[in-house]
Amino acid sequence: MVTAADAAAQAMGLRAGTPVAKAQALVAGLVVRDADPVGDSEALERLALWMLQRFSPIVAADQPDGIVIDSSGADHLHGGEAAMLDALIGRLAMSGVEARAAVADTWGAAHALARYAASPTFIAEPEHGAAVIAPLPIAALRLPPAMPAELRVLGLERIKDLLSQPRAPLALRFGPEPGRRIDEALGRSAEPIEPIRLPELAETRRVFAEPISAAETIARYIEKLVVALCAILEQRGQGARRLDLICQRVDNRTEAVRVGTARPVRDAKRLTRLLCDRIETIDPGFGIETMTLCATLAEPLTPRQSATTLIEEAEPDISDLIDTLANRVGERAIYRAAPVASDVPERCVRHIPALAPETGETWPDAWPRPARLLLRPEPIETIALLPDHPPVSFTWRGVRRRVARADGPERVFGEWWARDAEMAAVRDYFRVEDDTGERFWLYRAGDGEDPATGSHRWFIHGIFG
Amino acid sequence: MRPQPALAELRAQIARIEGRSQRVRSALPFGLAEVDARLPDGGLALGALHEIAGGGNGVVDGAAAALFAAGIAARTKGKVLWCITQPDLFAPALDKAGLRPDRVIYLRAGDQTSVLACMEEGLRHGGLGAVVGEVAHLSMKASRRLMLAAEGTGTIGLALRRWRRQADSMDFGQPTSSATRWRVSVLPSTPLPVPGLGRHRWLVELIRARAGESADFELEACDAKTGRLNLPAELADRPGAANDRLRRAAG
Repeated sequence: MVTAADAAAQAMGLRAGTPVAKAQALVAGLVVRDADPVGDSEALERLALWMLQRFSPIVAADQPDGIVIDSSGADHLHGGEAAMLDALIGRLAMSGVEARAAVADTWGAAHALARYAASPTFIAEPEHGAAVIAPLPIAALRLPPAMPAELRVLGLERIKDLLSQPRAPLALRFGPEPGRRIDEALGRSAEPIEPIRLPELAETRRVFAEPISAAETIARYIEKLVVALCAILEQRGQGARRLDLICQRVDNRTEAVRVGTARPVRDAKRLTRLLCDRIETIDPGFGIETMTLCATLAEPLTPRQSATTLIEEAEPDISDLIDTLANRVGERAIYRAAPVASDVPERCVRHIPALAPETGETWPDAWPRPARLLLRPEPIETIALLPDHPPVSFTWRGVRRRVARADGPERVFGEWWARDAEMAAVRDYFRVEDDTGERFWLYRAGDGEDPATGSHRWFIHGIFG
Repeated sequence: MRPQPALAELRAQIARIEGRSQRVRSALPFGLAEVDARLPDGGLALGALHEIAGGGNGVVDGAAAALFAAGIAARTKGKVLWCITQPDLFAPALDKAGLRPDRVIYLRAGDQTSVLACMEEGLRHGGLGAVVGEVAHLSMKASRRLMLAAEGTGTIGLALRRWRRQADSMDFGQPTSSATRWRVSVLPSTPLPVPGLGRHRWLVELIRARAGESADFELEACDAKTGRLNLPAELADRPGAANDRLRRAAG
């Protein structure tokens, strides 16, 4: 029997559940291999571990074909839910895995949406309720394999049909399962995710006789956990790159905090500070009864001799500051600018990590560049002589300015070696100054003679100081 | 300026009352005698917060103000943290104002509150040369926090005031606890004998200086090597004309 079918197989008419003989009849020269459920499940666990290290502190394999992630408290590090899903799908696609993903309030709803609504991603509004999953088929509800077919016999095809049925007769005929799954999908009953934990990860744990909830108490126990964790890491000669603090509440919900560092760190004080910065995001509810601290990602940390030279002062270490800020605003929001060899202004800067090694590179040309570069060049109306004179006056955002002085043109050619569309494209940049001394960076699309090089319209691209 | 012992003693007394006598007061000179003489410590006080705003349309784009801040930051030692909310700052321009790309760490925050929080964190750390933040509204409380954070470590804090609308810049009149307050507006550039644009010029107004007087200067923009400002040649050579022009610029 065919156990799963991808897009190519579906195009040939194969479906999951098709008998082998029929499949061989449909596709000539089909190679048949035995299914390996154990191997698949192990691969899924490995994939879940990879996601645990990169995306969120609470990850579990949703056998047989899915992974469930609790992204609360972790999505802001990736720039929001949509950006996180895109990054996830993109990373998987790069390693040859075709995946679909959905974000919803509950595990059940996300499970259904990922399989029946996502293409390849779907994000449900917070507090979405039943409306989002109502039009999906009943098979989306994680029922035992034979049950959707039996329900279809009764004329129940979509989840909304099931929602409108009285519970008692359903329970009498099908057992408690449909009702339980609906409640889980709608968030009426809790369904905790049991995160995967591996023995090779350094982990410390503390169980409290009395549940704790005060911020000071949490901070104190964080410190104790970090000290214990650092001892384990020291034995292994490792430093933490990513730390997860998981708080189990008395009402069986989990609160997770994740912090990351740019370099491996084993300094208890620094790690405590990073975690304590985020205490305010932990909602203790009626109290926390178990705290687990885990170094999800650890890297070898070799002892280093601190530079002591008589001649020059050591550069102060700012990696702890970068970590603190990165955990507050997100890793991508803190960066350095590095030059790219491109004459096109909007392409000549790229972002590199704040702690990347210093290269000493700068932008090679000595031409002046504006302090503010508009995100998109804005069209302006000009009076200008073609082909190579700067404008005499121009109107931008409704204000007409007379040009007193100008310099240019600086010609920028399209990058025809990288993009076919820019084969002939040309921009002529001018620096102009108006009567009051305000300086602007204008350009004309095209060289002023040949219409193939551009539209000959004028744009403003930047403001000098 | 003639040394005035009575004034110096009074300043020392005030400093004692303010309880900052233990700290080492040092300053970052502009390297221009005309400007440095007007500042109480002979330069911009290190370990303090300074405010910079643009004039005219500069209150919205803040281009000249950003370059002025870059020039100051370029003359400090160590890395510079630059907190922004709008992504329109063009890094090559900072390089042209003397601030090498290796030295600047940009931080793009979502809102004003987190810019202020990140600035404070940067000032408190002490390993940075300067912390620049683009903020619109700066309350007394927020500026006091930044000032205290800067005083503790000696890092210079530069609040780049930039507003969404021209009308919002009325906010610049509100009192804050920053040490100095500057306004940088553009002036027509240095005339050249041939068609073209000479070195950019600014009208730099010192609107407020703690324990100092306000002043106006007409200066040439930061140079590409060290970020130093310069006095225009015709003013430097002819002090009589300079006074005349200064008065005109002030009026």
